[in-house]
Amino acid sequence: MNEANPWFQCPLPVTQDDSQISLAHGEGGRLSRSLIRDQILRRLGNDTLLRLEDSATLMLPSPDDEASTALAFTTDGYTVSPLFFPGGDIGKLAVFGTVNDLAVTGARPLWLSLAMIIEEGLPVSLLNQVLDSIRDAAVTAHVQIVTGDTKVVPRGMTDKLYVTTSGIGVRCHSAPTGAATLQPDDEIIVSGPIGCHGAAVLCSREQFDFDPLPHSDCAPLTEPLMALISAGLTPRAVRDATRGGVAAVLHEWTEMSRTRCMLVEDQIPVTASVRAVCELLGLDAIHLANEGTCLLATPSHLVQPTLALLRQFPITQSAAAIGRVAVSRRPAVTMVRVSGREVAIDEPSGAPLPRIC
Amino acid sequence: MKYVDEFRQSKVLTRQLTELRQSVTQRWVIMDVCGGQTHAFLRYGLEGALDDVLELIHGPGCPVCVTPAETIGDAMELTLNHHVTLASFGDMLRVPGATGSLLQARARGADVRIVYSPMDAVQLAVRNPAREVVFFGVGFETTAPATALALLQARQLGLTNFSVLDHHVRVEPAMRAILQLPNCRVQGFLAAGHVCTVTGFAHYEELVRGFQVPIVVTGFEPVDLLSGLSECVRLLEQKTPALENRYSRSARPTGNARAQQLLDEVFQVATIPWRGFGRIAEGGLRLRAEFQSFDARVRFSLESAVSDHDGECQSGLVLSGQIKPPQCPLFGNACTPDQPRGAPMVSSEGACAAYFRYAQTVEASSE
Repeated sequence: MNEANPWFQCPLPVTQDDSQISLAHGEGGRLSRSLIRDQILRRLGNDTLLRLEDSATLMLPSPDDEASTALAFTTDGYTVSPLFFPGGDIGKLAVFGTVNDLAVTGARPLWLSLAMIIEEGLPVSLLNQVLDSIRDAAVTAHVQIVTGDTKVVPRGMTDKLYVTTSGIGVRCHSAPTGAATLQPDDEIIVSGPIGCHGAAVLCSREQFDFDPLPHSDCAPLTEPLMALISAGLTPRAVRDATRGGVAAVLHEWTEMSRTRCMLVEDQIPVTASVRAVCELLGLDAIHLANEGTCLLATPSHLVQPTLALLRQFPITQSAAAIGRVAVSRRPAVTMVRVSGREVAIDEPSGAPLPRIC
Repeated sequence: MKYVDEFRQSKVLTRQLTELRQSVTQRWVIMDVCGGQTHAFLRYGLEGALDDVLELIHGPGCPVCVTPAETIGDAMELTLNHHVTLASFGDMLRVPGATGSLLQARARGADVRIVYSPMDAVQLAVRNPAREVVFFGVGFETTAPATALALLQARQLGLTNFSVLDHHVRVEPAMRAILQLPNCRVQGFLAAGHVCTVTGFAHYEELVRGFQVPIVVTGFEPVDLLSGLSECVRLLEQKTPALENRYSRSARPTGNARAQQLLDEVFQVATIPWRGFGRIAEGGLRLRAEFQSFDARVRFSLESAVSDHDGECQSGLVLSGQIKPPQCPLFGNACTPDQPRGAPMVSSEGACAAYFRYAQTVEASSE
């Protein structure tokens, strides 16, 4: 550095490389969204795809001109390392993840496809373990695997096993109307403790020995969500808070509805083990992935009966109201901290990277 | 959660804020030294709650921010040209150097691994005897002992495929450098509690006496921060510059003797460059001669290329408390966490990232 004038220089040449996909493009934050918007939708966008819902709604005209049926259709690829982690595995994830993408749009999941890309050398016993898990998960979620595909690629071309599932369900007539219809004073409900899946996979991958160890929340949300719709408590919007966690979902919602979502820190359920992981690694649970926990936006007068109903189901028994929707000059997600101050919550930018010290 | 919840209680915080506000007669300028403190101040909205009565400025205690671009350039060269396996803390991966960031290098095929401890890097070397493994050892006195421990273990194991690209820095010389600035605005310091846990803080007496500036050793939870701030304000109001410890559950005057012994065994104090600051006298640590065989700079004959600076990023001004992040013309427009133009926008401890994450949108979006 320049000895004569040593202060206040930043030797920072600007290097921005947009020509290559980086891992951050796949982590569910701003970059993921720009990849989808600027590259994919620009080329493939159509009326259905542009809605960017967890599952596409497809109207099936009836031949006798009676009321048509609305199908929900979705697909998802699953890559997780390690394949088995506390609370789940790639098979269970591939079934419940796709089931949840259907269920959150107000559809009852019925049929799944299953495609597997397998790395040469994978022990058959391991594959069978995953297949057994897929079978059990399908039984639990009341769906059938009705079609599939397998490909084997040379060693090193994939990380053991990638799974893709697509799913078809039938949409209820009074399904959620979607995030664009959020209204000021709607309340935000979370169906259970947040960040469990992200923390479980992180600890498992990095072999962190926390006690208690976080367990993934991987589970199907169909039953509680169908029960809400049957009871006339259809939320305005529902979303399973997967990649990017609660923060990413709320940022999408506020952008689509041009509102502000204001969370209250001490009302957000977080398990002791997830908190321990977050405190130690400098992470925020609202940025961690979930696989059986969803966010619901519900008109305020329906909040109490909604919570009461959700709490009857084991996987949503810790459901809690964590914030509300407000009018805003521009979209924002904020949180009232324990200090009583309201601060902005940023969208995750790439995978959460643990801090240095 | 023990040692967390009791330091985040709403009731206590409200009382502390009220008392603090009442005790202030002028808008003192106080610097929190550590990036962890900066983030906590902003995360909990404490800076906003006090902004009209106190000016908080944020110091250089962000290890990622002060690692020079040429050191990142060295790391890039190691991965791309020498094809080593580079093991790094996660934070470092997004920081742009002259030829890009380590994340970009990884996208181009470089073998860059995130580790959580230098010991993980040693294990990588043990498991991959045919690979050269380099640990990118950066950070303050908090992380340096772990690097030292890893080197001692590597030596004990007789590893010949393990080395360290080190850029460990020392806090106290940076505080001194800031105080020596002709236009220094800092009237009191909140010293970094975790660094003090390692180094102790008795040696700060000299700064207190020499510059007549109060220094309060401070922790990282909201109650800790307000407690440190209250003490600093008390000392300022009473015009009695002194050294106080408000993080006594962790920091002791003489620090952690074992950690200091490790540091002394492996490193020697050196004058090294800080990003945005230039060279700081005794501002860092370098490997001792007897560890030269583990020095990646020596092993791979690195000749750190001093990179051109574009002068736009004002990290030096930010890190020395001369300006606040939003005063930089790049902030929030050309420079965001997705497209960082400077290191303080990258790190989870960088002041610019903290402002971007927590301080930006509330006022603008409120009803």
